[in-house]
Amino acid sequence: MPDGLNIKVNGKMWPVAAAPDTPLLYVLSNELRLQGPRFGCGLAQCGSCSVLADGVEIRSCITPVASIAGKSITTLEGLPALYAEQKGLPQAPALHPLQQAFVDVQAIQCGYCYNGMTIKGSELLAKNPKPTEAEIRAHMNGHLCRCGTYPRAMKAILLAGEVMAGDPR
Amino acid sequence: MTVQSELALSRRDLLRAGGVLVVGFSMGGTASPAAAARGDAAGPPDPSTVDSWIAVHSDNTATIYFGKGEFGQGNTTGLLQIAGEELDLDMSQLKWVRLDTNVSPNQGATTSSSSIHRGGPQLRAAAAEARQALLALASARLGVQAGSLAVSKGVVSIDGHPSRSISYGELLGDKPFNVKLTGTAPQKPISRYKLVGTRVPRVDIPDKASGKYLHMQHVRVPDMLHGRVVRPRGQRAYGAGAKPASIDESSIAAIPGARVVRKGDFVGVVAPNEWDAVTAAQQLKVTWQETPALPTNLFADMRAASSTDTVIADWGDAQKAFAQAAHVASATYRCPYQSHAPFAPSCALADVGRTGALVLSSTQDIYKSRAMLATVLGLPVDKVRVQYYESSGTFGRSCYDDAAQAAAVMSQAAGKPVRVQFMRWDELGWDDYGPAHLADVRAGVDAAGKLVAYEYHGWQHGWMVNETTHELALLAAPKEQSIGPPSIPVNRMSTGSMYAVANRRVVSHAVPMVGYLKGAPLRSPLDLSFAFASEQTIDELAHAINMDPLEFRRHNIGDARWLGVLNAAADAAGWTPRVAASSLSNAAVVTGRGIALGTHHVSYGAAVAEIEVDTRTGTIVAKRICAALDAGQVINPALVENQMVGQMIQATSRTLKEEVLFDNSGVTSLDWVSYPVLRFGEHPDVVPVVVQRLDEPSTGAGEEVMGATGAAIANAFFDATGVRLREYPMTPERVKTARAART
Repeated sequence: MPDGLNIKVNGKMWPVAAAPDTPLLYVLSNELRLQGPRFGCGLAQCGSCSVLADGVEIRSCITPVASIAGKSITTLEGLPALYAEQKGLPQAPALHPLQQAFVDVQAIQCGYCYNGMTIKGSELLAKNPKPTEAEIRAHMNGHLCRCGTYPRAMKAILLAGEVMAGDPR
Repeated sequence: MTVQSELALSRRDLLRAGGVLVVGFSMGGTASPAAAARGDAAGPPDPSTVDSWIAVHSDNTATIYFGKGEFGQGNTTGLLQIAGEELDLDMSQLKWVRLDTNVSPNQGATTSSSSIHRGGPQLRAAAAEARQALLALASARLGVQAGSLAVSKGVVSIDGHPSRSISYGELLGDKPFNVKLTGTAPQKPISRYKLVGTRVPRVDIPDKASGKYLHMQHVRVPDMLHGRVVRPRGQRAYGAGAKPASIDESSIAAIPGARVVRKGDFVGVVAPNEWDAVTAAQQLKVTWQETPALPTNLFADMRAASSTDTVIADWGDAQKAFAQAAHVASATYRCPYQSHAPFAPSCALADVGRTGALVLSSTQDIYKSRAMLATVLGLPVDKVRVQYYESSGTFGRSCYDDAAQAAAVMSQAAGKPVRVQFMRWDELGWDDYGPAHLADVRAGVDAAGKLVAYEYHGWQHGWMVNETTHELALLAAPKEQSIGPPSIPVNRMSTGSMYAVANRRVVSHAVPMVGYLKGAPLRSPLDLSFAFASEQTIDELAHAINMDPLEFRRHNIGDARWLGVLNAAADAAGWTPRVAASSLSNAAVVTGRGIALGTHHVSYGAAVAEIEVDTRTGTIVAKRICAALDAGQVINPALVENQMVGQMIQATSRTLKEEVLFDNSGVTSLDWVSYPVLRFGEHPDVVPVVVQRLDEPSTGAGEEVMGATGAAIANAFFDATGVRLREYPMTPERVKTARAART
């Protein structure tokens, strides 16, 4: 039992039972029972396990849980609240604008890559709300999809950027 | 959400567990008592009664039971539209439940793009019968003939007197119909369709977007163990299995609670903690017996194999026609093994007791999966219950049933529920691959540009019968599906059928699978290969007679529906007439465009591809794909467009990048670096065009533009470079080699 390892996920502190070298993904899935980050390769090659650490996308499947102590982790489940914080909104929307855009353009097929697409896309939009298609391609290139949703994920990111421009700040 | 799983304790608890699952997956709130009561007996429920398909609830909603699974293709939405249309219910009044062998009608496997094509008519007939029964009840209650009744949103009223009405919920409210399917209930005329043909949003997307959707990988049950399979990294020659010579259990002694599970040659590990199971599977020291070598010269070996040959088509006199042709194009084509490569490695959860088993998995066929599990476990079929949970897209028979059997074997041995998830190397290394294909194609035209002769010889092995876990655990002999329709012959629909050619011969050479890799259907099975070979041959003839490739195809198509998709794809692409490779350039980056036709079995597909080739690096970039699909009556054009987008991207990936690699000891492409798929930055712009034909029967829409897309890319490469690439994937190395050979 590690001596009281605690991690901050989606704004809350959580005690961790797992050994400190356990990849963060297994803690998020099995202890916190979160469904956003998910196993795809365990090799940091596909992006299905992505989460934000202090707003920066990381691959939770190869990140030892102890290494993120002191950082603030955001998963898919925490994206609406993070967006509210970034935009100074009084309360979190039901969905982050990029999540809503994935619904609006019907971009999802099986939905397994969607976690990583949304985490990585939201990271881009937080820094650059008006990305070009070329910027989106470059930024998203480390996130794979087997169903072939890339063209619609592109549309969703562009649409979310437009929506976000209409929100305060 | 948690899942109760107490089968090992008592049957009754399992049934309750089933109820929980049904409730948990219902759309829009809690399930009715009638829905919860389902699942008391092993299915399939009697398909000849309305109650097996539809339940009407007191709140004027209905649960629709069907046997086709949601794999991200949107069939759930389409099937609900069909039922809602016949019943005159809105989408908001319709619920569905997950597939379950105690609950769901057996509509066969969710394969071959059959959900709407074959599953739709069954559901439409059941819904029409239900509507007729409800109208009969309303007629009695309202005291008028059924012919005087109108229905809107499940409210039956007297035509012209809307105030005199009664709802379905009031008429039946959670009571059974007790009505047999006669097949004679009148179905709504197409002219009155309100729901079918419209762009209803997918019902599964909101929960997928919020993160609430329960994928198979998310399911956990109390007191379960985590399991991992232990196999050599990368499968060996089929038939050799994976025989452990020795297992050193002390190598995982330091991992808490980890233990080895062995049954026959099957080896796995279980541990209470998931990461411990992962670690144990990697640390366990196993020495594997040597196995026979895989082919070092795949295509030569296939050609030389003792094949079983079947004449698939033999019209006219091809040999005589070739002798009289003005131009003949003839070449050999080589097409790789490819992997399903589902984005999520297969996952399953099994709870096996002495008298029965509950298995949750992502199988394409719950009833077949149940039968196979019963064999592996040594239990009667009706004591095994299988429930379907969606994983990532599978694109055919990947490792889902293998994972389910592995979980079941480990649960049986451990006496606890076991959740198994394959590692990436398990999935890519032990997949049942789409088989490699070798083709000799020849076609000839007369002086007027009419196709007069066509001949296709294809070599490939077929598909496996039993999963790897089955073969290892039961020490079963290798077993390939018998030659012919159960396995994979050359598809005559994909080999010249779209053209009016009087003399045509198609021969399938079935190579025995033992000694090669394990095969299984992969999305649009081998159609990508057939089209790659066949449509390049057609293109060569157009070039030989100096004709634009679109015009040449128009000149040789006799069927209005093939012509329809060809023209629709060309129009979408803004095609202008030009002979292929007639504007070659010496630039570093050259461009080309190509057109092609293709299908799987019944629908009609066409595509135009625009590509760039970097002549320095040999890299091909697909810039834009326009595809057209005629799948008869399209229930929901938005769903089909989404499937077409997926097909265009996946076919581009498979044509340019994907190939299962192996050395003589085993498969070596075990991750996304060694088995690359198309990346975000590489994706073409795509334009899907649905050719709607409301008056034609609905046919498949999930596979039928794959072949056309790949072949259009190959034809575009010739247009850009003047060189034919007759082997795919069209990697930079092959591009450079082919160009060097020409100069």
